Amino acid sequence: MHAETGFRESAAQALGDPQIRANFRRAMDGLMAKRAAQFPDPEDFQAMRHLGTAIRARSLLKLPALLEQLEASCLRNGIQVHWARTCEEGNELILGLLQARGATRLVKGKSMVSEEMGLNHFLEAHGVEALESDLGEYIIQLDQETPSHIIMPAIHKNKTQIARQFSQKIKDAKYTEDVDELTALARKVLRRKFFEADAGLSGVNFAVADTGTLCLVENEGNGRMSTHVPPLHIAVMGLEKVVETLEDVAPLYALLTRSATGQAVSTYLNLIRGPRGPGELDGPREVHLVILDNGRSRIYADPQLRATLRCIRCGACMNHCPVYTRVGGHAFQAVYPGPIGTILTPQMEGVGVRHELLHGSSLCGACAEVCPVEIPIPEIIVRLRREATHRDAASAVEGRGTGRTATEDLAWRLWAAVLSRPRVYRLAAWCATRFRRLIPGGLPLLKAWTLSRAKPVPARRSLQERVREEGLPHG
Amino acid sequence: MADARAEILERLRAGGGGEAVPLPDTAVLARRTWAPAERMARLRRGMEAVHTEFLEAAPGQWPGVVLGFCRDEGFANLLYGPRCAAGQALAAAWTPRDPELIPYQDPVESFKATLFDGVAAGFTTALAGVAETGGLLLEPGPEEPRLLSLVPPVHIALLLASAIEDTLWSAMRTRGWGKGTARNSLLISGPSKTADIEQTLAYGVHGPKRLVVVLVNNL
Repeated sequence: MHAETGFRESAAQALGDPQIRANFRRAMDGLMAKRAAQFPDPEDFQAMRHLGTAIRARSLLKLPALLEQLEASCLRNGIQVHWARTCEEGNELILGLLQARGATRLVKGKSMVSEEMGLNHFLEAHGVEALESDLGEYIIQLDQETPSHIIMPAIHKNKTQIARQFSQKIKDAKYTEDVDELTALARKVLRRKFFEADAGLSGVNFAVADTGTLCLVENEGNGRMSTHVPPLHIAVMGLEKVVETLEDVAPLYALLTRSATGQAVSTYLNLIRGPRGPGELDGPREVHLVILDNGRSRIYADPQLRATLRCIRCGACMNHCPVYTRVGGHAFQAVYPGPIGTILTPQMEGVGVRHELLHGSSLCGACAEVCPVEIPIPEIIVRLRREATHRDAASAVEGRGTGRTATEDLAWRLWAAVLSRPRVYRLAAWCATRFRRLIPGGLPLLKAWTLSRAKPVPARRSLQERVREEGLPHG
Repeated sequence: MADARAEILERLRAGGGGEAVPLPDTAVLARRTWAPAERMARLRRGMEAVHTEFLEAAPGQWPGVVLGFCRDEGFANLLYGPRCAAGQALAAAWTPRDPELIPYQDPVESFKATLFDGVAAGFTTALAGVAETGGLLLEPGPEEPRLLSLVPPVHIALLLASAIEDTLWSAMRTRGWGKGTARNSLLISGPSKTADIEQTLAYGVHGPKRLVVVLVNNL
């Protein structure tokens, strides 16, 4: 997904929409309170997240070996493994698997990686119906929207909007704002779809290298439906999702559900270890795993930025972000919104291209404080801001240096010139203090500040002058 | 796509290293432990909080409890796995005038229509329980097919109190849940639910609308 307008414009638009602000405010306040209730003991929480961090960091350290082990274990279990360097490659791969089996009706469990790939549109263009079955994803697919939150895709809508949409778009549906009735409507439609589907697609929350297990976390049962009813199951995962052992999954799962929705446990944790086996009466005949890179191996190459890949996609960072909670997910114009998206998107699409995202953060640190795997998001934002405007030879960051503008360049040169020459500096300080009210607010660079804030006015006297006037010792 | 595989692994090998990684300390997991009776109470609290229903049974009496429940609820039938010991015990307790007991014994391809539209409830055993958060651990397979606990609108699950472990982690370690040969392993904590509409909880979205645990107190 590429930005059509800048983050500044889309954020301003969202800020002016009372509906969006109310929907997000209500939802995020609820999520923050629920999460807090799940971690009543700060010491216990710290111990848990240190464990989660260590597990994810160790998995990444051994990543190439673990991916090979995962592949071997999966093959042993009868799961076929495919690799895709890019989204295009992944899309072609999946289409190929479907076409070879004449599958035209695909039901999907929730998968952010498939959003990353733009898989639905690609498949629809090639004659495959790709239907989202997670209720939130189904709601936004009806309106052809994208998720505004990685855990709760339809969080930006309220029930009145959903009621109207269902009554218009679902055959024979009566208008109702009752959440239970709306849910029952979706259940009825989708059960038919599960029944008829030729294939199911899912994401992967954790892939276990030593046992060859694909783990899926969910509440609705649509993930189990998508992966166990149709004869073909295709799972897609980013290459960072692998962990070493099944026991690694237990603490990560506990951190994931508590951080994401404030649940001690989800309704289902579904471990898939292969297609229908001897003597089994149901389950898919074939299971395929598609492992996607799409820029992850580049992120992996930098020890500091590698922490980005520890992410278990819980969404806690966005729930607690003062920017995200006010502008919502769509303003970010990216698959992954909020703080994690702020560091992930520029690394995937190029720091120069998505430079604005990096500056759409107050660096308050709320995200790092709640992250269950301790990703130092603010530090990474600062690092990427630097990467966007410097061409450090040692860095592999996509598009580094391309965020530098001629105006900014000139301003910093001037700044350096003035500050490295004491006389010039004193003259500049004298001018700034004497003509302080005359400085036009519309100057380039200054304008960015004055657009939404009062013009800063320098003091009447510079510090140096005052020190001299007061006769204070200085050297 | 062998070249894609080689290229990706090559890039990862070239880019790795360069950081010290902390050792995982699982002490925080190991200290979550309770006495057997407390485990039973905890599991029940955790699961009731998410709308799971409980029926208590004395050892050996549970088939009667399941039967009574199906009668009281007016279920037309109950689907079960005829190949496992619990399924056989259930069938032995059943009488012809009760709700119909349907064995899940045909491949899903020929059984799908009945499974989706003609079954009132499904019965399975649980391998173990998780006390810390509440939850059942299942291992579907040839004896109890995967869809038995998913497609019918009501899922009735049999759990022995002695099989309740402290945590998910300890259940993996002591009972080998997920580590054996089972091609599907499940944790289930309640009926299916969603909060996708305005954060309002609604039960029975795609999976079962009700989860009923028959808890056999054999402590």
